[in-house]
Amino acid sequence: MSSVEKPEVQASPRPRRKRGVPEGLWMRCEGCGATVFKKKIDEHMGVCTEAGCNYHFYVPAMKRIEQLLDQDSFEEWHTELSSLDPLGFVDRRPYPERLREEQARTGLKEACIVGRGYLRGRPLVCAVTDSAFIMGSMGSVVGEKLTRSIEQATRLLLPLVIVSGSGGGARMHEGILSLMQMGKVCAALGRYHDAGGLFVSVLTNPTMGGVAASFASLGDIIFAEPKALVGFAGPRVVKATVKAELPEGFQTSEFMLAHGFIDRIVSRPQLRTEIARVIDYCVR
Amino acid sequence: MPPAYRLPFEKPILELEATLAELEAAPGSEVEVRDKIRKTRVELSRLKREIFEKLEPWEVVQVARHPERPHSSDYLELVFDEFVELHGDRAFGDDPAILTGFAKLEDRKVMFVGQQKGRTMKDRAATLNAMPHPEGYRKALHRMQMAAKYRLPIICFIDTPGAYPGIGAEERGQAYQIAFNLREMSRIGTPIVCIVIGEGGSGGALGIGIGDYIAMLQHSYYSVISPEGCAGILWKDSKYKDRAARALKFTSGDLKRLGVIDEIIQEPLGGAHRDHRQTAVILKGRLMQIVRDLSSYPIDRLLERRYDKFRRIGVFEELPPVVGGNGDNRDSAAETA
Ligand SMILES: [Zn+2]
Repeated sequence: MSSVEKPEVQASPRPRRKRGVPEGLWMRCEGCGATVFKKKIDEHMGVCTEAGCNYHFYVPAMKRIEQLLDQDSFEEWHTELSSLDPLGFVDRRPYPERLREEQARTGLKEACIVGRGYLRGRPLVCAVTDSAFIMGSMGSVVGEKLTRSIEQATRLLLPLVIVSGSGGGARMHEGILSLMQMGKVCAALGRYHDAGGLFVSVLTNPTMGGVAASFASLGDIIFAEPKALVGFAGPRVVKATVKAELPEGFQTSEFMLAHGFIDRIVSRPQLRTEIARVIDYCVR
Repeated sequence: MPPAYRLPFEKPILELEATLAELEAAPGSEVEVRDKIRKTRVELSRLKREIFEKLEPWEVVQVARHPERPHSSDYLELVFDEFVELHGDRAFGDDPAILTGFAKLEDRKVMFVGQQKGRTMKDRAATLNAMPHPEGYRKALHRMQMAAKYRLPIICFIDTPGAYPGIGAEERGQAYQIAFNLREMSRIGTPIVCIVIGEGGSGGALGIGIGDYIAMLQHSYYSVISPEGCAGILWKDSKYKDRAARALKFTSGDLKRLGVIDEIIQEPLGGAHRDHRQTAVILKGRLMQIVRDLSSYPIDRLLERRYDKFRRIGVFEELPPVVGGNGDNRDSAAETA
């Protein structure tokens, strides 16, 4: 390697973190370290109830929709879309096999759910990405579902809420097609913006890479759950590039708020109230 | 002169070139020698064609990163008749990783936006090897919006390993600025031509990559993630970069097959780095034609086409999927840096 080559990013295996709420009765809170009663956390929308903790556990996409929208008001769209394997991608296992495993494990067909529903009686279009399905990454199906729902929101003149959870950004397994979804979704948001639509983007832990660098950052209003990891490049990559310690709280919601990229940090139990209030200011 | 930078697979070409130079330098002009020179030249062309026609994807990356490969600044010299550089983003600073300004393509006035690596160590240190910061993307967008005001066609040259992954870049909103460029470029009211001239590194490339016509130089690559990054995540070791390079399908041929780009612009035999002038001649010819074609569209029709161009990208099935598998393996990972 010549010295003019860019420094190679040393990728080390990252500790594997369990996604989702474990099946047992008790679980450990990553925020405060306490062992907490799972049922109690569930009753509090997956937020730790230990004094002063407020740690936000991962919630699956369907659960998120239940928490956010009025009971039974959600009508899911485009459930018939499913991923193919346009590159014939094989890493340590073939991509179609990986997809089947992710589907079986999460009960989802893909990393995002889209549709329409009501929030405290206000009609809206809603999309949620699930960080448990191939890291919530965006491939052709996620890009297509989001684009269709943005186009429908434009036609129906409805507010749009997208809740992002993606450590993966654009999905590697579909290569350049995934990268291009970023352009496709952003172009649809451009038209929605021109039509006067209200887009509320909600960032959850984590929102990174190509998801952060496309739709998630384009909300008229951007909310983030507390202490979510939000940024472009992964912290490991940044650390390897700058060869220095990262600042305290780097790439958290609070960091992004301080640097001017988030409107408000909103705890999960307040999300409904906060979104409804914004809709009332902006939508006639 | 520093010694020529050589790639391992170029060695036979360089050896034959040395032989040819020796023959040509020999005094006299015996028939036998002239005949040998002629044969060596033919053999050299054949060798270049043979080697460069079947480069492995990882070798394509090496050619795309070749330090002697022409950069934006070289094309500004060789393709354009004038360049009036315009600095800065009006908000934070002047990112040297993206050059912007007025340029003349023969008699046509255009706006040039190009990622710039730099030839010397000093230049490369300043541009961070063409890895832009948010202010670079903001600078690019500022110039493009001005170009639309005066109906100047925009020419974007893409050549970056990726947007810079640093602390300042994150603090100043790398993700937001790229996202904003994607949305705004999709509706800038003037023709936009994007050419990948070397490295098309992920979101950092796409941040100046939304346009009406997308082309790639033959030995460039355009990828969702670097082969090193992909290998690190999926194979847990960056040494599998050649395997990742094969899996990612990011060569110009792959992208044409996938319907992502409009055209592959052929490079001279042996790659652009062997003949800057010839590469520039080919590129200039294509640019003039493309700009002429795009200029014939009314703006609303142009924007409609641009939207549809990206709208139709994606491969999926619209049928109820068969869900199977035993689902007991929890090992999964995917991310792009
Ligand atoms: Zn806790």
